[in-house]
Amino acid sequence: MLSLSTAPSPIPPPQNQREAALIRRTLQGDRDAFTELVKPYERRVYAAALALLRNEADAEDIAQEAIVKAFTHLHQFRAEAKFSTWLIQITINQARMRQRKNHANLYDSLDDTHDGEEDYVPREFADWRETPPETLERKEIRALLAQALASLGEKYRSVFVLRDIEQLSIEETAKALAISVANVKTRLLRARLMLRDILAPALRDGWPGHVPFQKGEKPW
Amino acid sequence: MVVNCAEVWQQISNYLDGDLSAELRQAIENHVRGCKHCTAVLEGTRNVVRLYGDDRVIELPANFTQKWQQRLPLFIPSKGTAYGWLVAVAALAIVSGTFALGKATTSTVQALRSQHSEQAQKIPAAMMVEVAADGKTFHVPGCKFIHQSSDKVRLIAAADAMRAGYVPCVRCLREYLRR
Ligand SMILES: [Zn+2]
Ligand SMILES: [Zn+2]
Repeated sequence: MLSLSTAPSPIPPPQNQREAALIRRTLQGDRDAFTELVKPYERRVYAAALALLRNEADAEDIAQEAIVKAFTHLHQFRAEAKFSTWLIQITINQARMRQRKNHANLYDSLDDTHDGEEDYVPREFADWRETPPETLERKEIRALLAQALASLGEKYRSVFVLRDIEQLSIEETAKALAISVANVKTRLLRARLMLRDILAPALRDGWPGHVPFQKGEKPW
Repeated sequence: MVVNCAEVWQQISNYLDGDLSAELRQAIENHVRGCKHCTAVLEGTRNVVRLYGDDRVIELPANFTQKWQQRLPLFIPSKGTAYGWLVAVAALAIVSGTFALGKATTSTVQALRSQHSEQAQKIPAAMMVEVAADGKTFHVPGCKFIHQSSDKVRLIAAADAMRAGYVPCVRCLREYLRR
């Protein structure tokens, strides 16, 4: 009932072969092949930019730049890597360059000082049954999830987005953010628990009730 | 091995990621089975991971795809071989007649510049190009002939680069400068 892990397959999945073919075609000058290659990852590129920049206009800008860079640097892509990971890494690099330029982010940086060991205690014990994925077709549910995510502090949010939205591994997340694996794990745990506390009361009946915090006020 | 509630919460993330020893995993499952609170925390956290893992959570800005498509260069920049750009420069010199003897250097540059700006009309306005803070030319991102460290380079639309007085690089943009 509770097992989740899957062993990585030693045979490259067909998706990689498909992508390898699209990359070859792009390098031969086929721009439609590039669109086909990038389309499945557009949302993830944008989410990665948004996770680091918080500002939607900046995030869109950086996401666009990252895709253009992926196109013009495609000959540098190494087949051993996953295309999606490579694309997200370009996005993160672009976003961090932008962050350094924005003075506003100076005090909100991803420092790698060791995180406090005090344990996060879940506050909400509501029994939240599985929310069916179809629920995500509803705009207010998506808005609720976005709002909950935006309320997390940057160091939690960026780790959570890279790991659980971008589906990077713990090690890839650590590398992307230039923080330690231990800090990734600590922050990820806390981000997941905080999101559960925010969302459980609203989604426990598969129906969003009130948002459990006031605008601009965080319960922690 | 026996674990308490706090220890379960500490390990929930590792548990969901399958990143635990068999022994600890078993101990957690034994505890959760008999603990209502930990069942709620575990199931809720699993819901969080599952919901946010769904692509629909993220909403793209309007016309996102069309925008980056317009910003792509029409040609992937060449690897920039010496031969390649010599040919391009020679071709440009021939069409603009600037190889004629006896011309002053300044007018040569002027002729090249106007030649550039005339031909640069073929460069799509929205295409993203790189300019260096103290350079005079604009490039397809990744061009080897941009003489700056990457943190001094900006990406802007080709139209803005031309408006700001930059001229197209004859190496990476030569496909556009051909007649
Ligand atoms: Zn318990
Ligand atoms: Zn160039």
